[in-house]
Formats: sequence, C-alpha cells, structure tokens
Amino acid sequence: MSDLKIVVCMKVVPKPEEVGVDKETMRLDRENARSEMNPTDMNALEMALDFKDRYGGSIDVVSMGPPFFSHFLPVGLAMGANHIYLLSDRDFGGADTLATTYTLALGIRKIGDVDLIFCGEESSDGATGQVPPGIAEWLDINQITMVNRLDYDTEREMVRGQREIPGGHQIVDTPLPVVISVATASNEPRFMDYRLKSWAFEDERITVWNVDDLKADPGYVGEPGSPTIVSGLEQAPSRERRMEFIDGTPDEIALRLAGILEDRM
Amino acid sequence: MTERVESLYGIDEESKAIWVFLGQIGGNLEPVSLELLTHGRQLADQAGWTLVGLLLGHEVGHLTEQAIAHGADEVWLADHPLLEEYTIDTYGRVVFDAIMEGKPSAFIAGATPNGRDLLGRLAVRLRAGLTADCTDLKLVTETGILISEVTGFGGGVLALIEAPTHRPQMATVRPGVFPLSEADASRKGRIIDFQVLLSEDMLKTEVVETVVGAGVDLTQAEMLVIGGRGIEGDFEMLRELADALGGDIGATRPPVDDGFIKRERQIGQTGVVCRPKVAIVCGVSGAFHFAVGIQDAETVIAINTDPEAPMFEFADYCIVGDAAQIVPALTHALTLEKVPSV
Repeated sequence: MSDLKIVVCMKVVPKPEEVGVDKETMRLDRENARSEMNPTDMNALEMALDFKDRYGGSIDVVSMGPPFFSHFLPVGLAMGANHIYLLSDRDFGGADTLATTYTLALGIRKIGDVDLIFCGEESSDGATGQVPPGIAEWLDINQITMVNRLDYDTEREMVRGQREIPGGHQIVDTPLPVVISVATASNEPRFMDYRLKSWAFEDERITVWNVDDLKADPGYVGEPGSPTIVSGLEQAPSRERRMEFIDGTPDEIALRLAGILEDRM
Repeated sequence: MTERVESLYGIDEESKAIWVFLGQIGGNLEPVSLELLTHGRQLADQAGWTLVGLLLGHEVGHLTEQAIAHGADEVWLADHPLLEEYTIDTYGRVVFDAIMEGKPSAFIAGATPNGRDLLGRLAVRLRAGLTADCTDLKLVTETGILISEVTGFGGGVLALIEAPTHRPQMATVRPGVFPLSEADASRKGRIIDFQVLLSEDMLKTEVVETVVGAGVDLTQAEMLVIGGRGIEGDFEMLRELADALGGDIGATRPPVDDGFIKRERQIGQTGVVCRPKVAIVCGVSGAFHFAVGIQDAETVIAINTDPEAPMFEFADYCIVGDAAQIVPALTHALTLEKVPSV
C-alpha cells in the first residue's frame, strides 16, 4: 500500500489563566497573556506521530491564524512532522467554527490526497470541540471523535478508534480517509528532537497560504462566513463563599463538619 | 460588499419551535436530554413556542412518554434497526432530514461526545450557527433570538453568543447546568412517526463494541468527595467517606494523569462539571480550571495543609490540615451518628 498521508490541525492559544476581560472596554484582554500550543493539539500530533511510526507515511501540520503562529508551529517539526502550512490572511479573522472548518478543509484539500486528519478534541480558548466533525463534513469524509487509541488494519484499510463516552468506551471501525479528534490527555506528547531544532525553525519549513491561494469564497471565510456573533463578554462571576475557617483537633473538626453535613443531607 | 454565508433555511421559513435532540444510550434517555426538556419548556412557555423532542433509536417508543412527562409538546420518533447504535452516518442523515422537514427556530442537544459529534457536522451541512458546551440558554421573546452563554479560556471568561440571521439556532449544552423537573405523567403530547429510509450501504462506520461500565455520572451526585495531588492517591479513604455520605468520588487532573483514578472522574474545565449539594475537596490547590467544575456546588468544604491554597477562596468551610487525618475522623463521626439513637 502507498504511504499514508497525514495532516494534523494545530492552533496557538493564549494561556487561559492569563486572559481576562478589560472592564472598561468589555473586550478580551489577551495583551498580557503568553501563547502556547493548544495542549490537546499536542496529543493529536503525538497520536499522528505514533501512527506514522507504526504504519509509515508523512505528516503535515495545518494551522489557521496570524503570522506570529509561525514562531510556535516549528515545535511540530522538531517533534517529527515534515512540513507546516499556515493559512493566514486578514480576511480569515473573526471566524467561528463554520468559517474555520471551511478554511481548514480548503487547506487540507489543497495539500491533496490526505488519508488521515488528526485534530485535538477542542481548543482551550474556544472550547467548542466542533471543528473536527465540521472539517469532516466539508470534505465529505468519515469522522471518529473523542479517540484515545487508534489502530490501522492494513489489509482492510480500515482504522479502528476507541472513543471515550460517558461511563465507558466505544470501538468504531471506518475506512480512510477519516478525521480523528483526539481526546485530551490520551497520550504523553514526545519531546522535541533537539537535533531537528535548527532545521525546524528555518523559514522555508513554513508555507503560508492566503485567501487567493486557497481560492476561498470570501463569503465563507472570516466574519462573513460566520453565522455566530459575540454579543456580550464578561469575567466569569465567582460565587460568594463563606470562607469560614474551622480550627481544632481532627476529631473536633470532624464533629463540626458532621453537623454541617447532616443539615445538608 | 461580500455576500454572507446563508443557512439552508431562513427566518421567513422557520417554525416557532425549540427542538431537543433526545440522546439515548442502551434504551435510556440521557439525563442531559431531560434537563434540556425542562429548560426548553420554560423558554417555550415564555415565548409561546412549541417544544419538540427528536428521538432516534430502535424499539425506543416507550421513551416518548418520558419526554412528554418532562415537557415535550411533540416527540418526533424515528425508529429503525440501523438507529440502534449512534453512528454519524445514520443519525446525521435522519436528523438532517427531520430538521429540514420541521424547520425549527432552535435545535439543541447535550454537549456529550455524540451530541458534539452530531451537531458539529450538521451545523456545517445546514450552514447554521452553533454554540458549544453552553452553560446557559436564554430566548429573547420579541426577536426569537437564542442567546447562549459559553465559557472560554478555562472558564475565566463568559461570552454571550447568538446567530441572529441563521436557522436553526444550534447549541450543545453542558450536562448538569440545568436542574431537572419532576416528571408529570399527566402531561399530554403528540407523537409523530418520522419515516426513515436507511440501508446498510449507507453505513461507513461500524460500531464494533460499546462498553458502558459502572455508569459513572458525577453530574448526578449530590455528595461529592474530591481528591487532588495532596491526598497522594489515597482514594480508598475518600471512597469510605463518600459511602458514609451516600455520595461519590471525583478527582482533579494530577491524580488522573498519575493513574490513581480513571479520567471519567476528573472534575473541572476539561472534565465533568458538577452541581452537588456538598463538595468536600481534599488536597486540592484550587487552580481555576478545576474550580469551575464545582462552582455551582451549594456548599464547598476544603481541606488543605497549605493555609495559602487558592482553593480556600472557593470554599464555604476551610480546614487547614491533613486530609489523611481529617477524612477518616469525619467518616468515623458520620458512621457513629448513623447508629439509631433509640
């Protein structure tokens, strides 16, 4: 069989704990937040690398975002990916899941003949979890979401994915091509290979594609391509708690707590 | 001016209805589906709309009564052997056809793995707006606009999102955020048989096995004992306390990553969000992405050796001490008190 062609969709996100809402402007304050690779996308890359190690093939990373993403994405190369495509254009800004999945699907289609697309289950900033099935729909191919283990039956040319479902798991077979969403923390991403680092951070490792390169319909990208709008934004309220400290020996504390609990059972 | 993307049907064609996707596993409705009917009933009453449940499965007709008892005016029932197990191939096709026939203003589902799998795909097919893992839903009666509250950035930011010009207005809702109404068996509703044409060759995915084990569902637990890094993996101790309380145990991420406890018990932004009556939180430092998982607990008790632990800011009762001493003492005290005092 031919070499498997694998794509991993990755995203750079602000560190969630460093993002707040500016109380004056009611806008997101990301200025002071440092960026990182979306943690679950690292699990997706690891699953793709492991898949490639076992069954062969090549891995391209595809990302949609502003030019500064190119400072972070080479980490993927240093871990073992072959090439990076950054879909970057002012017109891609303000995209919701519909426009994002459209744009990523165009990028994947332009790479061509892709067998497997790995995505993180969700991003830590948007947390929609709905990008992977959206990509699968635009490409009209199969999907397995919330996967924590993936194997390949080379004879039947079918992948077998184990999905996490509430209180258990499900095992699903499907033929290629397929979109796989990888469950958070389902593996331990490998370290960068430091011998690859200087190679990885060379400019020519990244191909940037804009609206014209993708031949995108301008009505389907960015804000025009996004049905949803954010109509309000606020800092999450923290519920008022009593914060009453209870002192004493463990037995004294236990008796006091038992009283509190009995009132509430 | 660039043409905006348009949904397959618009406001001029919509029927004033909220549709709830009724997820079922192994012949039982998922609790979140009933929570959505409860909340959907309130929204529908407020706006004078119809509340419809959409039920897919095989030999699941008996579940329609439960849906009506929890608030549905109508249940559309698609019953077919190929709908016994959820697959995107069959469910995607049938739900899409039902939506195009009923043209509801809003279509909502639980933010379960299958709910997200399904709506994430259908929103693209319908060119509709979709909000994900919502923590609240409101309906503006005058305009018919559904407003979704979602959290982002680890729960620190709340955003209100709407899709005013596209239909249906789609949302997945986090399990456990809406309380569940009492079933009212006297409620009457209409059952609509939705005929489906499905054949084996439409199935590209094959479900090889589904294992739903002990059925851990922490969103339904009233008493929760939660352990973090500080309990050093001693969940046995927490289990004894939980048993004395008639409750269950949960964990933060570190003990899950360390393999002390299964991930289905992880609480927080990347795990389960719970609303217990009481959460007893042991050896947890109190990172924000955990705290969001218990922010709706009625009472929070925190035990930590570090008096500066941020967890205490999210607690009603704060104990500076070692959980390894206090938890067994508390279990003992509760067990003693359970002895009838006749």
